[in-house]
Amino acid sequence: MKSFRRLVYPYLVWAGLLIVLPMLIIVFYAFSTQGNVVIPVKLSFVNFLRFFSDPIFLEVLGRSLKLALFTTIICILLGYPAAYFIAKMKPDSQSVMVLMVTLPQLINMLVRTYAWRGILLEMPFSPEVKVYIGMVYNFLPYMILQIYTSLSKMDPSLVPAAYDLGCDEKMAFLKVTLPLSVPGIISGITLVFLPAVSSFFIPKLLGGGSYVLVGNLIENYFVTTGDWNFGSAISLIMALVILISMYFTRKFDYDQEAV
Amino acid sequence: MKRKNNKLFHKIYLAAIMAFFYLPIVYVVFFSFNASRSLTNFTGFSLQWYEKMFSTRAMMESIYYSVLIAVIATAVSTVVGTIVAIGLSKSSHLIKQIVTQVNNLPMLNPDIVTAIGLMLLFSTLNIPTGFGTLLLAHIIFCIPYVMLSVSPKLRQLDENLAEAALDLGCTPFQALYKVIIPQIKEGIVSGALVAFTMSFDDFVISYFTTGPGINNISTYVYATTKRINPSVNALSTLIVLAITIVLIFSNVLPLIRARRKRNEKTA
Repeated sequence: MKSFRRLVYPYLVWAGLLIVLPMLIIVFYAFSTQGNVVIPVKLSFVNFLRFFSDPIFLEVLGRSLKLALFTTIICILLGYPAAYFIAKMKPDSQSVMVLMVTLPQLINMLVRTYAWRGILLEMPFSPEVKVYIGMVYNFLPYMILQIYTSLSKMDPSLVPAAYDLGCDEKMAFLKVTLPLSVPGIISGITLVFLPAVSSFFIPKLLGGGSYVLVGNLIENYFVTTGDWNFGSAISLIMALVILISMYFTRKFDYDQEAV
Repeated sequence: MKRKNNKLFHKIYLAAIMAFFYLPIVYVVFFSFNASRSLTNFTGFSLQWYEKMFSTRAMMESIYYSVLIAVIATAVSTVVGTIVAIGLSKSSHLIKQIVTQVNNLPMLNPDIVTAIGLMLLFSTLNIPTGFGTLLLAHIIFCIPYVMLSVSPKLRQLDENLAEAALDLGCTPFQALYKVIIPQIKEGIVSGALVAFTMSFDDFVISYFTTGPGINNISTYVYATTKRINPSVNALSTLIVLAITIVLIFSNVLPLIRARRKRNEKTA
């Protein structure tokens, strides 16, 4: 069956050209500026200096991280009990509930957000609250499903065993159930925090123009102003920030396992 | 008594979460029948927004492109992803590592980074954006998801089976579709479902890789949100209806089939 190995080679070319090369082009754009007629491109750090020397850009980055962080925390706080209660139901009801959590997710994301725009139109909330509602609505199902999956994989005899060994309900939950569901929480964080940092149409549709995030900045520099070099630099900074946060989340996961 | 109260609390909590999830859906369906433009006051029943939707060419086109692209991207990425995953399962450790890491890029990167990467690539290669680039972008990001759901099934596969098929006179191609494919069918089907959902749901990558005049539902809705446009509610209702029908069929049909089989056995 070694002959099947050859099936991979065309994909290596495809992936190199269509997945890796675009990333390299972003890096190239980020580290260069439009030059003059003689030298069309100049390599420089100007884009990064511009980003880090302007407090407005840093404020936008901070706001995006804050939104992503709080969205993730709210999703864990709302999603954990939901996942826990679903996992305690009869098997048949469990699959019905999972289907019910999945169904709204299948409806186009833009369409769902548009619906919230109508609902929230005349509500007396600040743009920030409206954006949070839209974000939590979009990401909560991911969190519930991830935590539910890890809870339903748990050996059902563990909790009664903890009772036998003298734990009360609270202790059994804190010492047995919760630690075993940490992997679900971690993958939930990956699925919520990551896309939340870069989201740009939820803030735009629900927050109006007043709530600018990193994603909106990138969109502006690519679509409106056409400054692709600076736009690429912002994307690169955002990708790095996400990478670093994911590194710490995973590290936390490993440390937990080590304990 | 305490246990009973607990159960009740669980039910109330889950009902509240479900109310949150289904509120926007109920809202769009309800207001799609509104007689006035208002998105907050229901003034009477009318089908005018449906009429308007069917007569707005750009809107119908966006539905057409969303479905067409999702269907083609799913078909292509499922076939290609499955073949590559099979090849990969026989490849060296190094090649496996490289492909896994590269596939992780579009899955772990924020969509907007993948999107502008492709936009810059198309512009660097002087490829005009439009239907072709939109479709290509969807195929690119769907393949890794198909591979992700097929690969675990391949790891569970007994290698000797395919070898046995070859020994018994199968060509490698016959061994592929008579022995390997039937055993990984489940992974292929779920990969195709993920690909379809990802493609149909996508906004960010479509937004940056499509060209003038070509809109899918997401980019169309995004472009029209500057004004109040109640016919978007009609469009949303149509999508809700389609998805509900598909889900009912995919969940109820297997039940009916299973029951029929049981009846046949007892008869």
